[in-house]
Amino acid sequence: MSPSPHTVGTLPAHRPAACPFDPPAELREARRHGPISRYTHPGGKPGWMITGYDLARSVLADPRFSSRKDLLNVVDFSLPPAPPGEFLLMDEPQHSRYRKPLVGRFTVRRMRMLTERVEQVTAEHLDAMAETGGPVDLVTAFAKPIPTIVICEILGVPYEDRPSFQEQIDAFMGGEVSDEELIAAYTATQEYLARLVAAKRANPTDDVLSELTAGDLTDEELKGISLILLAAGFDTTANMLSLGTYALLRHPEQLAALREDPTLTDGAVEELLRYLSVAKTFHRTALEDVELAGRTIEAGTTVVLSFHTANRDPERFADPDALDIRRTYDGHLAFSHGIHQCLGQQLARLEMRVALRALIDRFPTLRLAVPAEEVALRPETADIFGVKSLPVTWDEDQAVPA
Amino acid sequence: MTPSRVSVDRERCIGAGMCAVTAPEVFDQDPGDGLVILLDTDPTASRERAARTAAGVCPSGAITFREPGTAGS
Repeated sequence: MSPSPHTVGTLPAHRPAACPFDPPAELREARRHGPISRYTHPGGKPGWMITGYDLARSVLADPRFSSRKDLLNVVDFSLPPAPPGEFLLMDEPQHSRYRKPLVGRFTVRRMRMLTERVEQVTAEHLDAMAETGGPVDLVTAFAKPIPTIVICEILGVPYEDRPSFQEQIDAFMGGEVSDEELIAAYTATQEYLARLVAAKRANPTDDVLSELTAGDLTDEELKGISLILLAAGFDTTANMLSLGTYALLRHPEQLAALREDPTLTDGAVEELLRYLSVAKTFHRTALEDVELAGRTIEAGTTVVLSFHTANRDPERFADPDALDIRRTYDGHLAFSHGIHQCLGQQLARLEMRVALRALIDRFPTLRLAVPAEEVALRPETADIFGVKSLPVTWDEDQAVPA
Repeated sequence: MTPSRVSVDRERCIGAGMCAVTAPEVFDQDPGDGLVILLDTDPTASRERAARTAAGVCPSGAITFREPGTAGS
C-alpha cells in the first residue's frame, strides 16, 4: 500500500524570480515527493501531475493514454473533438492519416538542404540589427522573424501575408488576450488558411501545402494541418531563440565557452532544449484503469505531464538545474516522446544551431540592455514559455562585419 | 543464414529521424516517406553502440535488437 500521494494545487503557478528558467516551485516540490502527484485541473476536475522523467516517458509511449481533445477531462463541460487535420490532439489511426504524408517532408536530409537558406535569412536579420544599432528587441528583430520566414516558405505562405498572420498567431499563443480577442484571432486565421488552401489547390506552387493538395486530404483537413505546422513552427523555435539567448546571457561562463568553441554548438542547443523546455506541459487521458508508480489512474482521468520538471529530474540528469552545454546524455523530453514526438524537431535544431551560432559570432559583446530582472516573461497561461521582449545591445566597434 | 541482430518496424516508425542522426551508418530515412531504412543489419561493435543509443531514443519503439541466445523467428 502506497502512502497517500502528494498534492499539487491548481496551476498556473509562478516561477522563482531568482531563476525564471526553473519550473514553478510547486512542481519542483512535487517531484521531490515522487514522480506522480494528485492535481486539480484549472476547471476543477481531479487529475494527476507527472513530474518524473521515466514515468512521463512511459506514459507518452503508452497507447492506454489518449491525446484526444474530446476526452480531456479537465472542465465541467465536454470538449469538442479536434478539428480535422489538427493531429496533435488525435489518436491512431486519425493521427497517422495526417502525420504520414508530412514525415517525408521533414526528414533530416531535407532539413539539411535548407541550411543555406536558414543561414541567409539569419544573416539578413543580423545585418538589419547591425544597421539599426543597439539596443534592439531580439524577439522582434531576430527570434520571431527567422523561424516564421522559414516555416512560411516551407508551407507556401506568401511573403506579403506574413505580418497579419504573425499577429493573429501571437494573439492566441501569447496567453494574454481576452476570450473575444482569442476567438477573433482564431477565426481570422481559419479564414485566411481556407483562402490559402483554395489558392494552392487552384494554382499549386513549389511548397508542402501544394504537394499535400495532390493527396486525398480535404480542404478542412489541409487547413487544420497548416494551422498546426504554422503555429508550431512560429512560436516554439521563436521562444527557444529568445529565451535561449537570455539564458546564455545570464550564464556568461557558458556563453563564453560556446563563443570560443563552435564544436559545442549542437550540444548547447540540446542542453537549452532540455533546460528551458518551452513546451512545458501536455495532457493525456487514461482510456482504462492504469497503474502508475503505485497509483491507480482511473479510466477517463486526465494527467498532466510537466516536461520541464521531468527534464530536471535528478534521477535522470546529474545536477539537473545547472545549464551545462558540455553535458552529454541520450535524449530529453523537450520534443516529447511516443507517436506525437515533434515532427519539426530537425528543423528546430537546424534553426537554433544556425541562428544562435551566427548571433554570438556576429556580436561578441552582445548583452542585455536592461537589468536582467526587468526582462518581461510570458505568463504561465501561455502554452509555450518565453520572454515577451529581450532588449539587447552591443559595442558597435566590436561587431564582426558580415 | 544468421538472423539479423537489428530490425526495424516501419509500421511503428513515425519518422522523427533520431536514428538517422544518432547512428547514420546503421539507419537512414526513406527519401520518399521519411520512414526508417536499415542500412546495416549486423553492425560491428563500433557501430552497435550508436545503434543501441538510437534504439533507446526512438520515440516509437521501432528499433529492436535481437540478443545473442534468443531464438530467431
